[in-house]
Amino acid sequence: MLAYIYTLLPSIFDGLLMTLKVFFVTLILSIPLGVLVSIFRLSKIKVLAKITELYIWVMRGSPLMLQIVFIFFGLPIVGITLDRFTTVIIAFILNYAAYFGEIFRGGIESIDKGQYEAAKVLGLSPYRTFIRIILPQVFKIVLPSIGNEVITLVKDTSLVYIVGLGELLRAGKIASNRDASLVPLALVAVVYLLLTAIFTMVFNKVEKRFSYYE
Amino acid sequence: MILKVNNLNKSFGGKRVLKDISFGLKTGEILAIIGPSGAGKTTLLRCINGLEKADKGTIVIDNIYLCKDQNNKNIPAKSKEMKKIRQKVGMVFQNYNLFPHMTVMENLIEAPINVLGLSKEEALNRAYDLLKNLGMEDKKDAYPFQLSGGQKQRVAIARALCLNPKILSLDEPTSALDPELREGIASIIKKLADKDMGILIISHDMEIVKRVATRIIFMAEGRIIKEATKEDFFNSFEDGRLKSFMVS
Repeated sequence: MLAYIYTLLPSIFDGLLMTLKVFFVTLILSIPLGVLVSIFRLSKIKVLAKITELYIWVMRGSPLMLQIVFIFFGLPIVGITLDRFTTVIIAFILNYAAYFGEIFRGGIESIDKGQYEAAKVLGLSPYRTFIRIILPQVFKIVLPSIGNEVITLVKDTSLVYIVGLGELLRAGKIASNRDASLVPLALVAVVYLLLTAIFTMVFNKVEKRFSYYE
Repeated sequence: MILKVNNLNKSFGGKRVLKDISFGLKTGEILAIIGPSGAGKTTLLRCINGLEKADKGTIVIDNIYLCKDQNNKNIPAKSKEMKKIRQKVGMVFQNYNLFPHMTVMENLIEAPINVLGLSKEEALNRAYDLLKNLGMEDKKDAYPFQLSGGQKQRVAIARALCLNPKILSLDEPTSALDPELREGIASIIKKLADKDMGILIISHDMEIVKRVATRIIFMAEGRIIKEATKEDFFNSFEDGRLKSFMVS
């Protein structure tokens, strides 16, 4: 049994690398984009706010799998050809930025308007106020919700198989079909659980670091 | 005159909150604006701090127009003038509005560094001196949630003073304080007015007004009912509304 598991490890490891790559690239790019989405969504420029609302609705209202397919087959139609990984990452980032955008919007709206007024009478510019006063407080508030999305993202990465990229779950499925065994899938499940355990721990640490004030 | 308000009017959704308000404030003066709740005191203070736009009338702060009438419209100051005005008027909010994620020191140096362009060292020195004057230097590294109401208020005062304002405005400075802390805030306010500054206090706490004010304006239903020096004010109870307010 152990020997069998050992033979599975190289392909599982390759899959894991792809999963982590999709995970980290999406996370690192979609969080800043999410902040931008929340700012656009709350913008006083009505057109911008409405367009952003539409974008959020589409991204949250349709399956990510569908979005990947549309972007993967749609971009070449309008003359944009990118490699598989870039295409799938664009879909992930657009999708997750919409979710993060709504989380940040909730956080921004929960900040007391007295904070803006205090910054205003001190003469701080709107940009400065947002970066120094509002955003740090928003991060603390939204951290648990972001943690939730991060866990979902770990599992959503399996969707990249649609465009033929080999990630963790696909590696497990291939071995499972080939060997008519559930062991590879069980192994994959363990890896997913380990990943989510690690990210949960990291988030607990970050939340603790933000608990220096109330 | 460090502050001149002339014929100021303000409505919220058709309800007139300020009706032809005119008054002035001199350096060294402590002017208390009193009156029942709903009299428009806070709205007046918010207009002077540029947090509310007036509908009509003028506000002049140290010879700069914060707003004025032009072609039947009320024109607010341009952003360049507004920047100057912000440095001239300090505001202490009723609930202080300290930045909870920053230490006392960080609360105090943010604006001097970013608005006045002081170096971090200059800003730290200035903030430390102010904290020391207010007996708060040992709390410089504390976060607002670790402070009592009275301590928070002193930090809020220090933060407003960090920009060297010509006018310090305080909204209900005693409303959130225990009675025994009123004494402390009264002596702080008195001490500040000796400096090159005029102080504007909004309150319905007659005790603190009696202790610190040099002049008193009584407001009701958006109007100034009476304006007098403190001595004259407490010697004249002829106005019915004034009387009932003072007795209650």
